[in-house]
Amino acid sequence: MSTVGKRKSHESAEGHVTGKAVYTDEQRPPVGMLSVYPVLAAHARAKITSIDTSAADEVEGLVTVLTAADVPGENDTGAIAHDEILLPTDEVMYWGQAVAWTVGETEDAARLAAQKITVEYEPLPPVLTIQDAIASDSFHTSPQVIRRGDPNAALQTADLCLTGEVGVNGQDHFYLETQTSWVIPDGAGHYQVYSSTQHPTETQIIIARVLGIPTNQVVVTCLRMGGGFGGKESQANPFASVAAIAAYKTGRPVRVKLNRQHDMILTGKRHGFLGHYTVGFSYDGRITALDVDLYADGGWSLDLSPPVLLRAMLHVDNAYYIPNLEVRGRIAKTNTVSNTAFRGFGGPQGMVVIEDIVDRVARSLNLPPDVVRERNFYHGTGETNTTHYGQEIFDNRIARVWSDVQANAEVAERKVAIAQFNQTHTYTKRGLAITPVKFGISFNKTQYNQAGALILIYTDGSIQLNHGGTEMGQGLHTKMLQVAAQTLGVNLNRFRVMPTSTDKVPNTSATAASSGSDLNGQAVKDACETIKSRLAPVAAKMLALDTPEEMVFAEDWIYCRTYPSARVRFEDVVQQAYGDRVSLSATGYYRTPSIYWNAETGRGRPFYYYAYGAAVSEVEVDGFTGTFKLLQVDIVHDVGESLNPLVDQGQIEGGFVQGMGWLTMEELVWDAQGRLRTDAPSTYKIPTISEVPEHFKVQLLERAAQDGVIYGSKAVGEPPLMLAISVREAIRAAIAAFGQPDHVPLTSPATPEATLKAIDYVRTHSTVAAKSSIDPDPALKS
Amino acid sequence: MTTQRLENHLTLTINGEMVRLKEVSPTMTLLQYLQQSGQTGTKEGCGDGDCGACTVAVIGQGCDRKPHYQAMNSCLIPLAAVAGQEIVTVEGIANGQLHPVQAAMVQTGGSQCGYCTPGFIISLFAAYYDRTLEDAAVEGNLCRCTGYLPIRRAAQRVASGQSGDEGVLHVGGDRFAAKLEHVTPELSPLSYTGNNQQFYRPTRLSDALQLLQHHPESILVAGATDLGLEMSHHRQAFPVMISLEAIAELQQLEQMAEFVEIGAAVPLSRIEDILRGVFPSLDEMLHWFAARQVRNRATIGGNIGTASPIGDLPPVLLSLDAEVRIAGLVGERTIPLANFFKDYRQTDLQPGEIIVSVIIPKAIAPNATRRLSQSYKVGKRGTDDISIVAAAFTIDLDSEDRIVQARLAYGGVAATPVRAIAIEQQLIGKPWNMTTIQQIKPLLETAFTPLTDLRGTAEYRKLLIANLFEKFFVETSGLQ
Ligand SMILES: Cc1cc2nc3c(=O)[nH]c(=O)nc-3n(C[C@H](O)[C@H](O)[C@H](O)COP(=O)(O)OP(=O)(O)OC[C@H]3O[C@@H](n4cnc5c(N)ncnc54)[C@H](O)[C@@H]3O)c2cc1C
Ligand code: FES
Ligand code: FES
Repeated sequence: MSTVGKRKSHESAEGHVTGKAVYTDEQRPPVGMLSVYPVLAAHARAKITSIDTSAADEVEGLVTVLTAADVPGENDTGAIAHDEILLPTDEVMYWGQAVAWTVGETEDAARLAAQKITVEYEPLPPVLTIQDAIASDSFHTSPQVIRRGDPNAALQTADLCLTGEVGVNGQDHFYLETQTSWVIPDGAGHYQVYSSTQHPTETQIIIARVLGIPTNQVVVTCLRMGGGFGGKESQANPFASVAAIAAYKTGRPVRVKLNRQHDMILTGKRHGFLGHYTVGFSYDGRITALDVDLYADGGWSLDLSPPVLLRAMLHVDNAYYIPNLEVRGRIAKTNTVSNTAFRGFGGPQGMVVIEDIVDRVARSLNLPPDVVRERNFYHGTGETNTTHYGQEIFDNRIARVWSDVQANAEVAERKVAIAQFNQTHTYTKRGLAITPVKFGISFNKTQYNQAGALILIYTDGSIQLNHGGTEMGQGLHTKMLQVAAQTLGVNLNRFRVMPTSTDKVPNTSATAASSGSDLNGQAVKDACETIKSRLAPVAAKMLALDTPEEMVFAEDWIYCRTYPSARVRFEDVVQQAYGDRVSLSATGYYRTPSIYWNAETGRGRPFYYYAYGAAVSEVEVDGFTGTFKLLQVDIVHDVGESLNPLVDQGQIEGGFVQGMGWLTMEELVWDAQGRLRTDAPSTYKIPTISEVPEHFKVQLLERAAQDGVIYGSKAVGEPPLMLAISVREAIRAAIAAFGQPDHVPLTSPATPEATLKAIDYVRTHSTVAAKSSIDPDPALKS
Repeated sequence: MTTQRLENHLTLTINGEMVRLKEVSPTMTLLQYLQQSGQTGTKEGCGDGDCGACTVAVIGQGCDRKPHYQAMNSCLIPLAAVAGQEIVTVEGIANGQLHPVQAAMVQTGGSQCGYCTPGFIISLFAAYYDRTLEDAAVEGNLCRCTGYLPIRRAAQRVASGQSGDEGVLHVGGDRFAAKLEHVTPELSPLSYTGNNQQFYRPTRLSDALQLLQHHPESILVAGATDLGLEMSHHRQAFPVMISLEAIAELQQLEQMAEFVEIGAAVPLSRIEDILRGVFPSLDEMLHWFAARQVRNRATIGGNIGTASPIGDLPPVLLSLDAEVRIAGLVGERTIPLANFFKDYRQTDLQPGEIIVSVIIPKAIAPNATRRLSQSYKVGKRGTDDISIVAAAFTIDLDSEDRIVQARLAYGGVAATPVRAIAIEQQLIGKPWNMTTIQQIKPLLETAFTPLTDLRGTAEYRKLLIANLFEKFFVETSGLQ
């Protein structure tokens, strides 16, 4: 009975569909629990001249107001740099920043009191965009550079060169469950925290820091999250800290649950990026040199921006071998929310930039973009299969996913049909695009690539499974159960997965970077192996054998490989072990081998391996309105030997649709004063079921087991998001069909307005005739 | 009615259990109540009516006048509005065994984080008993995790009977189906006070008018999909509310030879079902109007009552030359809808007046031989979005395809929904062909001075005003 590799439903699926699964804010409330409510800053940047709370005091049910003076420890929640003030003292740094928090017997009381607090400001000129930041030299960091070859020289000698700019938009996480934490003091200086956090350890450390107490006084527990996507990696910390300060000050339990509008105003988002590039290429579309500046909009504080930027820099090659490449990255400091982790962690932004460039190269040569993509793939061994940061891509599967998806999607036939459609249709056009994904797996920071687990077996044979990863819907707990059941050779229903808690597994990494299963899976397996090695001799003794190393654990039985007919029940062995005074609990530990990174030289092996995928999308664009319809999607994605195909398919489909939303409809709009105008689902539109086509086929790459990873499986959380770049490129292809352009400038997201603007450009800039001087390789001009 | 004693308790039935509530605020939302009473299965994802996480099923009257499970956003329902009604939440549908829609969602991997799931389950549950298990049933439910594909598979699985039950076509026999046989979802009159707020639900128009006179400070409420935002989002408490939901005169939907009369309090989903095929532009706009949960409550009276410049029905109704019937204590009057909108969110409604119905004439212009009529809505997202621009066109043509009458109406381009009257006049007598369209387009582009806002720039709106008219021509002429 193998459990690994099965299409197992989510371990909480029944809880989800019956409404019985408990989220942080749905626990039985402890007696006397208070609620907090923020007072939002009215300016994007301003000096605070006074905070008057006197009118709030009259509100019945107000308990207290928190301002900077109430912070017992360090007034800062920065995850990397200590630059993220929690309760501002003299200056507000973005519109909507919480200046103070009211604490009330009820949320209503806290809200009413918050409305009565008056804050006086002296407005200062804000920096609102990356362009503003460049103009006013407002940066968090100095430029970072990664270079291979000599791009300057190669640009000089290239057949052709193009210079351009690509803007990449940000994205709100829009997890369905907003930021939530409960902090329960025990009166003796200890704090039990329940938090919807992807990183309980960091939440624990930061609360301890803010309260000025040792870390061991704080326990952070995450039951489950109603979605995370990176938005609860660092973003849970400030709100949990506010609740902790309130609990410290009042001695009572305190809850915080942001309403949707506050969540959208107060929390960091996917970084918007700006890319400036010069690309050199040959007449046949091979990119010979790329010089690119990437600017990330860090927002007001640093948060996780450095690793986000680094990942963008490490994915600006996507699947392409570029012999001469220099990428410079810098983090702009702006008066907006502090941008943060979001599925892909900078990788998607880097890829959007290079895919934009590749398309431009192709169109300037009047070559099909997919032909140019293919010509530039990493290939062979050595130099042509090595990234710009010096990591050789040993197990290169780009060509495999690429040819599989083209065959599955019948691309050749459909291209003909689309050409015919476009010939006979003046007002609507169709476009198809294929884009590849190569995504590096591992945390860039080597130290995060470690994990722990704790298995507790009770004398009736029931088991508690603890590991350091958090469950946000990605199916991590389900996979961990499968790994544990498989390794121990027992039935799944023996297990209870425990809420992730810092008093069970300490010093954990964030559940992020798609690494949850890879890292925790190995740690769980390690713990199970330890237990097995203790139980095997007990079983052997019970069977009167003397070869414990030969014992097999399978289907709740333990037996010797050579005498399978003589066997003992798992729970009997557990009982016996207890009787023999053998420990029934074990920790497990894992660290990813052979990865390293030299930040100075921009070289190393930052990734343990790569995940690959390719997607074909077809769209139809309306020339009157710029609206599009996604007609068909075909995906081939590499998840190694899937631990759970149901879960993995869900990650691929969900990631794709999330990426499609990001690139086509999710538009964050700030006004000239820096106020976020899209702070609710009525104004910020994520995809609904109607935007998802009926034809949506996902195939997991076959024969794909990956060496050295848990049961041959690969990480799947983030990579599929980037498959959605195919939608953006398909829209671009359809736009191009409205004319014969050598360039289709399309801003992001490709909203109807952006698309109509691009159509207008194409209609007025169709210059293909002027290109007869360039003679692209006729054999490949399909 | 006005002198009637005010009750200080409300009763409602949740998952088969009758609850009696005292002293609760009538504007507390149903969602707040569920959560405060520990029934936390129903989730809040936005409090705005946009995510569907809070979806509950309420037994209400369908277009066949029979009881149906209707999916609604509990975050927008004032508690008093569901007094006397039967509500089903996610906690109430598994009976020792998962309901078929729950079982299917488990099997297909329809939940990941699970936070949206209760809302989907209820939308599917309602659709199950209506035999409408298709995408449209869940278009008002947002899921950020799954990409919807496994949810679609679950719906299809149930619809085709693969979920361990016999499929939708064989629904019946279960206790929820049986329940529908035994309830009469009629709304009874209500006069309630709690938390210093009064909530009246009269059943006769005359009572409502009297109440309105007695309580000039009162606010009328129909489906509360607009007002509900004030309660849910801004926690606004209205001192006196008069619900129009139970008034018989406002619930009529009459189809005559010459016209259709739609009662102001008829929910949009019922209009959609009953009038399908009568006015193509109305069908089209209702299709793009919000989502199922909102349409099950939103009314036509509320849509014109808000006088929002981005209301979607006004352009359609303007292009069909609709009239509004208005009642006051002194009597009734009927005015063209075009005269109803006065200014930004201002109507011609006088104190003490109530919109009774909207009358849409069917006849085409006397000397015309055919009518072309369609509507368009452009938003950042096709489904469940507020319009950037909405447009509705009605063109009557004579036997030689000359324009006899033209009505071009728009939303999102001015302070109120408007018609392009000057341009309509210019069209009269012109041939209905591309030359005419191309002459008119530049005029349309400059006909209005729309604003730039978060949904779109003024320039884009101007382009749409003109392009949508050309699109209408192209589509009705069979061009591609
Ligand atoms: C998620 C969501 C999506 C939406 N999408 C759309 C959309 O796509 N298109 C669109 O146009 N609107 C949309 N709306 C707005 C709203 O649903 C509509 O305007 C709806 O028609 C309002 O009707 P109601 O019955 O709910 O009005 P209510 O909220 O009950 O009332 C609205 C106003 O009208 C007044 N009123 C109601 N009935 C009468 C009457 N008979 N006589 C006099 N005054 C009256 C009330 O006093 C109140 O001021 C959406 C709302 C939400 C929450
Ligand atoms: S909570 Fe989002 S629709 Fe009600
Ligand atoms: S399962 Fe997470 S939002 Fe739908």
